[in-house]
Amino acid sequence: MGLNVMNKVMSNKLYIAFYIAPAFILLMVLIFIPLLLSGYYGLMDWDGIGEKTFIGLDNYIEGIQDKLFWNSALHSFLLALFSALSLIIYLAVSIILASKIKGADLLRKIYLIPMLLSSVAIAQLWVKVYNPSNGILNSFLRTIGVENPPSWLADPSLVLFAIFVPILWQYAGFYILIYYAALKNIPESLIEAARIDGATPFQIAMRIKLPLIKEIVSVTIVLAIVGSLKYFDLIYVMTAGGPNGASEVMASYMYKLAFSSYNFGYGSAIGFLLLIITLIVTLIIRKVTETKEKLEY
Amino acid sequence: MKRKKTLALLLSAAISSLLLVGCSDSDEASSGSSNADTEIKFMHLWPEGSSKKHYDVVNDIIADYEAENEGVKIDLEVLSNEQYKDKLRVLSTSKELPDVGLTWAAGFLEPYVGGNMFAPLDDVIESELSDAFVPGTAEAYALDGTTYGLPLELNIVSIYYNEKMFKDNGIEVPETYEELLEASKAFRDEGIQPIALGNRDSWTGSMWYMYLADRIGGADTLNKAIDRSGSFEDPALIEAAAEVQNLVDSGAFVDGFNGLADEEAKSMFMSEQAPMYMIATWDLPNFTTNEDVPQEFRDSVKYMNFPTVDGQGDMNSFVGGPGVGLFVAEDSDVKEEAKDFSAYFVKEWGEKAVEEAGVIPATKVDAASMDLPQMYIDILEELNQASNITMFADVQLSPEVATVHLDAIQALFGNEMTPEEFAKAHEDALSK
Repeated sequence: MGLNVMNKVMSNKLYIAFYIAPAFILLMVLIFIPLLLSGYYGLMDWDGIGEKTFIGLDNYIEGIQDKLFWNSALHSFLLALFSALSLIIYLAVSIILASKIKGADLLRKIYLIPMLLSSVAIAQLWVKVYNPSNGILNSFLRTIGVENPPSWLADPSLVLFAIFVPILWQYAGFYILIYYAALKNIPESLIEAARIDGATPFQIAMRIKLPLIKEIVSVTIVLAIVGSLKYFDLIYVMTAGGPNGASEVMASYMYKLAFSSYNFGYGSAIGFLLLIITLIVTLIIRKVTETKEKLEY
Repeated sequence: MKRKKTLALLLSAAISSLLLVGCSDSDEASSGSSNADTEIKFMHLWPEGSSKKHYDVVNDIIADYEAENEGVKIDLEVLSNEQYKDKLRVLSTSKELPDVGLTWAAGFLEPYVGGNMFAPLDDVIESELSDAFVPGTAEAYALDGTTYGLPLELNIVSIYYNEKMFKDNGIEVPETYEELLEASKAFRDEGIQPIALGNRDSWTGSMWYMYLADRIGGADTLNKAIDRSGSFEDPALIEAAAEVQNLVDSGAFVDGFNGLADEEAKSMFMSEQAPMYMIATWDLPNFTTNEDVPQEFRDSVKYMNFPTVDGQGDMNSFVGGPGVGLFVAEDSDVKEEAKDFSAYFVKEWGEKAVEEAGVIPATKVDAASMDLPQMYIDILEELNQASNITMFADVQLSPEVATVHLDAIQALFGNEMTPEEFAKAHEDALSK
């Protein structure tokens, strides 16, 4: 009876519209309309305050030819690469955690802690760690005999990698948590059967566990790469893209154009290019990691 | 049954949205009813939490003004610095600027003036504030000969040094630039990093470059390069840029300065890890009245004007600039009242601000009649003697060129750019 009423309600178009409306309106107003607007602003010569002048695709053409933009894009892709590679480590850690070692629960919580801190707090923490004179890192290097430890955030050849460390650290717990949950979902009987057949733990991990959580892995790869491409907060707080653009990423470059140079038209165009790049990359990854067969256990 | 429930849900949703509308309606009504009085909206950026003293001074002035002008109510909105800038921008696009608010000089003003958002204030200055400002301050808020802001603060940049650290290490306080280099080397030899600099905020490095440009090329060379009657490729400016790299190479600045924020550099100076630090007068309270800073440290801090370079330059020529000033919105419904209030505010601000909040005001004040720490009296005296104040380059330049300038400063200090490339980067950006 209840199901019957449910079906009746759900087949009424008015009700469907009513239930979909809140999420739909929110998404439209907060995401899709601003997206289109920023694409539209990208067609303007606009300082964000005065009159907009329509200049066609000039901003987009300038963006495609802008060396600084591609330089920041390169940094973003490097971050994406490192994020994706670090997933291997997270996966290994999760497999060990999930194999019922002692204290797994406690370790899992410890790994999750960075996830609970706000990005700004993490940035402040790591700025202190990297402080060339008083930072814990350089103090340590000096005590073990390194005479002139590098200035991590001031050296253009180091700064990018120095910032990658806290970014990867920040998200470690998140991915470990996802993998851990997925691994725990694998029925014990499968593992048991493999063990009886004489499979080593490594074989179990590679041949049984990994294939079974393949879909989750593919999702995390998308998350890691897309998240990296649009990454902004730690970098903005720690170096603001400096010194002289050495740690600039696409999002921080966009912010700088719009809010420091007051070049809203061009900034919007860069933002839109960032969106297009991210979309393309997402499609490619989805295509590459596609799984046809549906797993059931 | 279920159907009734959904209906009820629909209805309650409809009612609650009606209620919300009702609320905003009644809000309108209540503010409308007080319209018998004049209401001036005023927005500033000194929240009680972080700038208590400024906040109090503002409230004092408002209370006085409301007492003297019956029927006028100042409607106050307070935001912190960055939020303030964001909100101002948002309000400006929807043409809802407060009647009176704070603005920065030169480059910051430009888009607002270009969009006809700020009212010209020359009439106010002529009628009520003639000769009230330190020369050069109100001019910083002028575009094409029309003034759009009434300056409140003035900051000049000096080198602050820790006298005790100089004495303890047996190093003479430098009087010329060459001695400054030597003193830096002497500190390095003692294992002390000489000059605190947080060039991640590259306006700090810009001040060093500007002073060197001023001493080597005279007060006008840089200004001319900026207003395009001169060039950044002027030999004096190239030499100044080269001198910056000489300072860097001789180890004068703290390690990793390009990765340090100004706050971090300041804390090195304040914790006596570095004996010298260049900063503007907004930090004076830290070196004089701020009880949170150890008395011993405050006693040992002295300041010097930027010294002569190779015997050249005028030590009474300063780098600095007005901080914030008042604007009146062009679209304001109470424009005349708003102008009257801002003139009153400026007149009251000067002495109150310096005495109570430690702000060097942009209006002339009589330092002798006030109870001020010695360093304030000296600096106010310095201002009376000033032959020139060159406004911060990143304020003077348009926002777009300022970004180029600040990045180039980091590159210059980091030895990633030659002085010639540095000059060319500016020329390219300015000729766009």
